[in-house]
Amino acid sequence: MKEPKQLSVSAIQNGTVIDHVPANTLFKVIKILRLDHIDNQITFGTNLESKKLGRKAIIKISGIFFEDEDINRIALVAPDAKLNIIKDYEVVEKRVVQVPDSITGIARCMNPKCITNFETVTTKFKVVSKKNVALKCHYCEKITTQDNLQII
Amino acid sequence: MHLMKNRSLVSIDDLSTREILRILDLAEEFEKQPTQKLLEGKVAATLFFEPSTRTRLSFESAISRLGGKIIGFSDSSSTSVSKGETLNDTIRTVSNYCDLIVMRHPIEGSARFASEIAGIPVINAGDGANQHPTQTLLDLFSIRKTQGTLDNLNIFLVGDLKYGRTVHSLLLAMARWKTTFNFISPDELRMPDEYKLFLDSFGLKYYEHTDFTDIISKADIIYMTRVQRERFSDPIEYEKVKNVYVLRNSMLKNTKPTMRILHPLPRVNEIHTDVDHNSKAYYFEQALNGVYTRQAILCTLLGIK
Repeated sequence: MKEPKQLSVSAIQNGTVIDHVPANTLFKVIKILRLDHIDNQITFGTNLESKKLGRKAIIKISGIFFEDEDINRIALVAPDAKLNIIKDYEVVEKRVVQVPDSITGIARCMNPKCITNFETVTTKFKVVSKKNVALKCHYCEKITTQDNLQII
Repeated sequence: MHLMKNRSLVSIDDLSTREILRILDLAEEFEKQPTQKLLEGKVAATLFFEPSTRTRLSFESAISRLGGKIIGFSDSSSTSVSKGETLNDTIRTVSNYCDLIVMRHPIEGSARFASEIAGIPVINAGDGANQHPTQTLLDLFSIRKTQGTLDNLNIFLVGDLKYGRTVHSLLLAMARWKTTFNFISPDELRMPDEYKLFLDSFGLKYYEHTDFTDIISKADIIYMTRVQRERFSDPIEYEKVKNVYVLRNSMLKNTKPTMRILHPLPRVNEIHTDVDHNSKAYYFEQALNGVYTRQAILCTLLGIK
């Protein structure tokens, strides 16, 4: 007997599916997109098998369609993420995320002597390298590298 | 041509080459006529959250010679900062009292932050190890004045090239004028790679040495900095090199007649006092040039000249 095809995370009627999120950055993605602050129905799956990532996570959000500007914010922690836009259970559009040219208010500056680590200042960075993400702080002008990247 | 009116000066990179040259030209005018009542009726605040004798006095001299009034402090312990006031609140409050703020603060990026909330021009007089653009401008003024040009010069940077904020800013600025650099420092305090990569990207030449060599005769400018004991993880290493980076009069014999020695001051022992009477010693005039350059910067940012 053939096994019935089972989805690890149930399908949604309308909304956005974010796939190929590295399992270890799922909660950072949730934080960046502020998914913990919305009332829409959301389902998560994590530690799912992935040929590309080893273990991946998937997020399905009902009734929400993101602007590029918002979704690109997750590129810092999920550069390979793919978006499926769902309407009436069908994928109507596929999108990939792109590392933006500048980042506002997501990352922490790694320089302990930077003003952003002393006062209530929204961090701002220029992305000086997109491949191995490197951010130059608008304030102290020091570089924060991917290994030292902390999400606020 | 008030390109910079109501702008702040936080980093030397904020200025185009044309704006830098305009400030140097204006500084030349102030050198000829230092007392001009251009800031009459204006109030400038000098907020020094950490002590700095030369920079503060140089600014206050510049403001006074222009007829402006000064408010401010030279030590934050006597202010409400010691009561826990944030920089945000101090700047927002003080900006109501004055037309321009000159600020030194130990935290990096504090000047950029202040410039965004002040609503009036802010001049960065040093934010931690980050930027000190008025020092760089007075260095450029001194170099152009003594050499007659900024183009194609051979600049020797000596001492602490790893942590020295002034040498980094000077390097970034002088890269605009086809400069050749010679770096002379102990191994532990070598010029960081990021600055060498920067010069590579401009196709500029640089050479590294661990002591003064025969090529000192090629120097147009020798820019001395202090090698500080606390920068060495191993005190024996400091003892080994501490006398290597001391400039003495006897070493200047074969140098070019037009060569000049600069130093951001304060000097401790890295330039022997026997150099002071040599006509190639320029560091005290350099400090005087700081007043003219700061007069030019103040007037430019206020849109007065």
